[in-house]
Amino acid sequence: MPISDPVGKARLLYDARRDRVAIPPFTDDDPTLGMADGYAVQAELVDLLLADGDSVVGYKVGLTSKPMQRMIGVDSPDFAPILGSTAHVDGGTVSLSRLIQPKMEAEIIAVMGERLAGPGVLVTDAARAVAGVCASVEIVDSRFEDWRIGLADTVADLASNGAFASSSRVVPLTEVDPRYVGMTLTRNGELVDTGAGAAALGDPLAVVAWLANTLGERGIALEPGHLVMTGALHAAVPMAAGDVFRADFDRLGPVTLRVVE
Amino acid sequence: MTVDTQALADRLTWARTTRTAIPQLSDEVPGLDLATGYAVQRLQRPGLGRPVGWKLGVTSRAKQRQVGVDAPIYGFLASDHVLDLGEPLTTAEHINPRCEPEIVFVLGRDLAGAHVTTTEVLAATSGVAVGIEVIDSRFTDYRFTMPDVVADNASAGRYVVGAPVHPDGIDLRLVGVVLEHDGDVVATASGAASLGHPAAAVAWLVRALAAAGEGLRAGDVVLSGGLTAAVPVGPGDVVVATIDRLGSLELACR
Repeated sequence: MPISDPVGKARLLYDARRDRVAIPPFTDDDPTLGMADGYAVQAELVDLLLADGDSVVGYKVGLTSKPMQRMIGVDSPDFAPILGSTAHVDGGTVSLSRLIQPKMEAEIIAVMGERLAGPGVLVTDAARAVAGVCASVEIVDSRFEDWRIGLADTVADLASNGAFASSSRVVPLTEVDPRYVGMTLTRNGELVDTGAGAAALGDPLAVVAWLANTLGERGIALEPGHLVMTGALHAAVPMAAGDVFRADFDRLGPVTLRVVE
Repeated sequence: MTVDTQALADRLTWARTTRTAIPQLSDEVPGLDLATGYAVQRLQRPGLGRPVGWKLGVTSRAKQRQVGVDAPIYGFLASDHVLDLGEPLTTAEHINPRCEPEIVFVLGRDLAGAHVTTTEVLAATSGVAVGIEVIDSRFTDYRFTMPDVVADNASAGRYVVGAPVHPDGIDLRLVGVVLEHDGDVVATASGAASLGHPAAAVAWLVRALAAAGEGLRAGDVVLSGGLTAAVPVGPGDVVVATIDRLGSLELACR
């Protein structure tokens, strides 16, 4: 049975983003909503945002860790387009005024060098198509009340993507095995958490391959220059105005963001 | 009331040798403090063979906050704790074994003193290596207070160390750490998970040992603190620890 009114649900999320007012999860009313329903709403929402002049600069992949998948009750990741309007500069600021209930995550971004289209993409194909990797922080945000999300909710809500910043140096894979890149996240100089690339599905390049194959089912390809956010390397951290977050990645370098009102 | 430290040490030795978990000592000895814990620990040293080094515990700030302390603890390592490379872990020799990845320091020269710094530790280190520590609490379900776990030699069980590399040019704070259990990535970290820098944890150890009139000797190994949550293991399990720039280590359990 097709989801009831994906356009209306997308409009609710669109308004929630604009007004910065969280809404009740769709799965409250209809617990049977699943992944396909979520993607139907997501597609409508992206159309609305692109009509406002926004752009797709790549994709984020979420639910890449076993604990997150268990929490949501799935055994696969999810994805959503990354909007150009959510890009922030390394060393710059991110304003809470554009977010609802943000949290900070450090992750590795893969930058596509060549077109990559599924099905049948192997991790070795992904490695060949990727120009390199860089350091990033993702700010996740939920347009649903108190982060009370089911799978269909988070998928519809652009996989809870809020904003991101990346370092500028794209390090080629000849210099780095993304699985073993260590990362320390500090807030105001204090260590908050650590992780390594393998936290994302065992290998950030496996995330790129999964994404290419999943997009391929929808007739979409990863294009040169597209960014792929490969998934958090640690549990998301709450953020407040005045916080300075720095994610330092071995072999990739740091990325820093200051949080302002 | 004076505490009979020898009786407590004997009780822990009995638990270890018979592989029988016991209730925490502090249940019966309400005033048990850290100093008494270390005294009980010291009494168990002769029973485990030749001294080979030290281990650190409670080195994660998150863990310290959770148990309400602001410093790590240490235990001793002796020849009975050693698993040689390639040697399987016989889980039946333990009560409740759990594995965790660690950065292991091998000392190139003696190092002692109440004011030793991280820089001095690195200068005295001849090699760093990936290690897997098998912790094992002699207390039921790992339920203990800090003085209890100190008395129980910081839950030391067994350990295995990979081939050491020279630490020059390696930022041990940032090295990636990946723990796999039966082929699944179960945890990741970077070296900073131990006290912000593993060498800072070793420096803490040297200063703590100085207070007890001891120090590190050339050739000593130091397990600088678990970098992830420990994974419980049983017969047939395989644990792999990989630390970027240091290498990889596989431990089979039977």
